[in-house]
Amino acid sequence: MNLNDFLIPTQDICRRPGPFDRVVLTSRVRLARNLQEIPFPGKANKQERQQLLQTVKPVIETMPALKEGFSEEIAKLTDLDRQILVERHLISRELAKKNQGAAMVLSVDETFCVMINEEDHLRMQAILPGLQIKEAWKAIDKLDTMVETKLPIAFSSQFGYLTACPTNVGTGIRVSAMLHLPGLVIAEHMQQTITAVNKLGLAVRGLYGEGTEALGNVFQISNQMTLGESELEIIERLNKVVIQVIENEENARAKLLENKPEMLFNQIGRAYGILTNSHIISSKEAKNLLSLLRLGLDLGYFPDVDPAIVDELFIVTEPAHIQYEAKNTEGEALKKTPEERDIRRASLLRESLEKMPKPVMDTSGPKKSDPGRNP
Amino acid sequence: MLCNICNENEATVHLTQMLEGEIKKMDMCESCAQKQGVDDPSGISLVDLLVGLGPTSTEPQPKTTTAPITGLSSCPKCGYTQADLKKTGRLGCSECYTTFEEGLDQMLRSMHKGVRHNGKSPKGFRNTRELKAKTRKLEKELEKAIKDERYEDAAIIRDSIKALANAMSEFETEAATS
Repeated sequence: MNLNDFLIPTQDICRRPGPFDRVVLTSRVRLARNLQEIPFPGKANKQERQQLLQTVKPVIETMPALKEGFSEEIAKLTDLDRQILVERHLISRELAKKNQGAAMVLSVDETFCVMINEEDHLRMQAILPGLQIKEAWKAIDKLDTMVETKLPIAFSSQFGYLTACPTNVGTGIRVSAMLHLPGLVIAEHMQQTITAVNKLGLAVRGLYGEGTEALGNVFQISNQMTLGESELEIIERLNKVVIQVIENEENARAKLLENKPEMLFNQIGRAYGILTNSHIISSKEAKNLLSLLRLGLDLGYFPDVDPAIVDELFIVTEPAHIQYEAKNTEGEALKKTPEERDIRRASLLRESLEKMPKPVMDTSGPKKSDPGRNP
Repeated sequence: MLCNICNENEATVHLTQMLEGEIKKMDMCESCAQKQGVDDPSGISLVDLLVGLGPTSTEPQPKTTTAPITGLSSCPKCGYTQADLKKTGRLGCSECYTTFEEGLDQMLRSMHKGVRHNGKSPKGFRNTRELKAKTRKLEKELEKAIKDERYEDAAIIRDSIKALANAMSEFETEAATS
């Protein structure tokens, strides 16, 4: 099946509501598992990786959660498809680079994605919109328990689930929440927040996880320790910290409105100006400006505008998505250069935001931050 | 706080390094610190210390080093070597956890909240563990019954132990064939 026929349209993905989705984009829980007897993917030879794939893939495909899903070997996907999957946060950049033996199985609703022969034999994840860490854990735990009855999983009573990297051993769990924190960044409180979160044994990373920049004021908070604590303890702590960060973000926004409204309006107004009038724009600049536009929406400066329009632009202005759109609308097989993509991105933004009204900013007095869709 | 290397002396040297954007800490006593070359901060890599394999410098290591060097230098199952572990920071197969256990213990201590798994376990494993605990309990009861000359009770207990052993071997074959 063609990947793009399978994927949920971006406008629909962005309209899925979730708790605290003004700040929390998604919650994710990932489990790392390996089979006994076969060396980990980094050590296994091509034949062993292939053997693992033959054993594991049919089992995963028949799991109720993944039935009728998109199941494919990475080697059979085009570079563009792989990149699209990375930009949608469905597979890791590491998996996208692999060939022999690497595969993915994605559920119809895109909640579950299982990566085969990534760093570990199995990386199973559940992603849900908004703050739903516990729900994501319940979902992936159920899948994991079923998988365990079908496959001999490497486990020791001392070290727990055995993983290729000792940083994942034990529970093999990585819990993360993706947060949009423009308020803390503008108020220059982000460094402080990162330090505080780090002290609690949690990591703060950029948009695409490990070693990536925090583009568009999007940060990922995740656990680092996986051994010595139960899954629930890890989840509870992360959940508590995320709730605290949400509160800090809302406070930062409220304070900015109260103390520096002109500065805030200036930034949002300029973002609107550039996004609706530029003719060449990089992915990085677009993300940073879209973040401000989203903040403006959260604060109620664009009445009657659906925030999903901006959220969708976050995804569709990514390089592979631009390339794909160009290929589809113009039938161009030729790869676009980064410069050509920057031109195309600018025109896409102008077109998409054409009907978006100018921001309505009231400087007459402090405005309470709009509670939005928070429960 | 005890030295991370010898686990005997009080740690007086505290080393912090940024590794791949993450802060890693190591606490050592003076003697271990010297052996690891910590008095020359430019020549030390925390990765090496955390992996417990001594410094990467080309200088010969003192023979009396207390740095934990495990008995085996390569995994009998997959052939993974200490050098591989040092280079990649990854293990080769599940058996490597036994092979490199000694060095790993220290590495895990610095990375995690504890060194013993405290979470979910596979269902089959859970059952075996429960059965083993039950068996141990029954064995004690059996001993007591014999001592008290309650032979009828002893026979019943013995049958229960047998049944548990059967159930356990069933789980094991199930785990091996599934």
